[in-house]
Amino acid sequence: MASSFDTGLDSKIELAEKIVTGPSRSKRPFSWSMALVYLLLSLGAVVMVVPFLWMLLTSLKPASELVQFSFLPKNPTLDNYTTVLTTSDFPRWYLNSLIIATISTASVAFFDSLVGYTLNKFDFPGKNIIFVGILATLMVPTEMLIIPWYTMSVHWGWNEGPAQYWGIVFPGVITAVGIFLMRQFFDGVPNELLDAARIDGVNEFGIFWRVALPLVKPAVAALMIFNFIGNWNAYLWPLIVASGRAYYTLPVGLSFFRGESLTEWEKIMTGASLATLPLLLVFIIFQRQIIKGIALTGIKG
Amino acid sequence: MKLTLHRRQILWAYAFLSVSLVFFVVIRWYPAVLALNISVRDWNVFQGSGPWVGAANFQAIWEDLFKPRSAVRAAFLNTFKYVLLGVPLQLVLALGISLLLMQIRRLSGFFRAAYFIPYVTSFVAVAFVWNWLYAPQAGLINQTLTALGLPTQPFLRSPQQALPSIALVAVWRSLGFAIIIFLAGLQQIPEMYYEAAQIDGANRWQSFWRITLPLLNPVIVYLAVLQTIQFLRMFDLVQNMSTDNAGGPLKSTTTVVLEVYKEGFSSYNMGYAAALTIILFAVILLITLVQMRLLSRRVEY
Repeated sequence: MASSFDTGLDSKIELAEKIVTGPSRSKRPFSWSMALVYLLLSLGAVVMVVPFLWMLLTSLKPASELVQFSFLPKNPTLDNYTTVLTTSDFPRWYLNSLIIATISTASVAFFDSLVGYTLNKFDFPGKNIIFVGILATLMVPTEMLIIPWYTMSVHWGWNEGPAQYWGIVFPGVITAVGIFLMRQFFDGVPNELLDAARIDGVNEFGIFWRVALPLVKPAVAALMIFNFIGNWNAYLWPLIVASGRAYYTLPVGLSFFRGESLTEWEKIMTGASLATLPLLLVFIIFQRQIIKGIALTGIKG
Repeated sequence: MKLTLHRRQILWAYAFLSVSLVFFVVIRWYPAVLALNISVRDWNVFQGSGPWVGAANFQAIWEDLFKPRSAVRAAFLNTFKYVLLGVPLQLVLALGISLLLMQIRRLSGFFRAAYFIPYVTSFVAVAFVWNWLYAPQAGLINQTLTALGLPTQPFLRSPQQALPSIALVAVWRSLGFAIIIFLAGLQQIPEMYYEAAQIDGANRWQSFWRITLPLLNPVIVYLAVLQTIQFLRMFDLVQNMSTDNAGGPLKSTTTVVLEVYKEGFSSYNMGYAAALTIILFAVILLITLVQMRLLSRRVEY
């Protein structure tokens, strides 16, 4: 969904940049009120980060240490990781999540850009109807579509065997949000550049692929990061369509793993860490792009 | 026949759109219509058909709403509780933190990242981390309460405390998103308004009520609607955090989407489940239309 700010694209980008780096106000001298601001913000930050820290620390403790109250592990060990990775299907779920997130991200990057580009740069009959028809799908919550999707999947056999990969991935291979976003971003690509390529005899696909697309790389990158995270975390639909344990994605597998581990919290926290660490890594690497992208589009992940 | 340039462009446009048009018709529009069709039938998912029952499914839901012990009644009531509890808390906290973040220069990037981290992680992993934090004796929160000499709390095991405990985690998880959107709004308010107010002798409190809040109104409406929709769709956290069975204890945490899942995919009562999703869709549509009305009103300064 688009944000409600009715400003031009350039000023939006500038604004998003400011949100990442913070306001450029003059340095203020020390004051007690500033100290209070920092104190409050630090308290809040502790509440945000401690659950993850606690998760990691628990995963490094032997079971015997869980009942004693100590924040840090006394005898840190990786045994829980070895146990979970060798006795459960976690490696397989990793692979599944990776396959699914990669396929859908590649597909979204290609098709959303292509459609966004076409809707921005071409004139053809039915253009408005198509655009509105695509945007209107944003009004329909996925929860309303899961029963029909399941019916279709059963009918086509997408809930059995390796076809389950397709079953999990098909609802998200193209997204209306991404099309909307990319259509906006192709505004920044000058038409003269495309016409010049046309005169040089480049065909239309070549113009899109080699001329226009490289100019919106940052937007495509943001789209890809969001999509990857979204698919990696997707739960409801994979839970429904994946019928065999071997085709679970990480969140679905983790959910079942929890049911089997009951109160072995060190194991459950190990599983949660395994599911979370790749994302934390992605976040640390792409932090700026992610926050900028959110500010720019108000994308709901 | 030689095609004119414009004709050729039109053909290219349709070629570029072809795959996506098929996708939106088959995977987005057709299932939406199919959902309506299923909701008026006694649908059998394995046959992919079912006899027409008219409004019987909706009537059954209506009757269940008045049965004191029905899960659907609990689900609707709880879903509204999640919204009423979660959305205001989310907005107030996020606005407060954004205002604090606007004050600081040093470390502002670090704080932004810290508040944003939970937003990129999976609901399922987050659910288990908080299950462990909320755990009866060994949980970090109860350990802390004990250390402070306070009585331990049942949290997820108590029909009174479970729903607020889960709502709090939902707020925690997407606080970072709301903060980023608020920051975008706050940075669009021209500094000179505050300077002018200062010259007129307004204090910070007055500036907040007379300048910040009115100018932030569109952002607040936008976020309120987005978050309301998110809370109306609560599922992942509830399914993985509720005790006794999904939606427990004593149905005190169940939501509409959780009942859709149970009715549709445990009891295979597809018609009834589809009818529930149609109601959910109607509610979301109504809220979105109200938002559009509110946002199209021009604000006069």
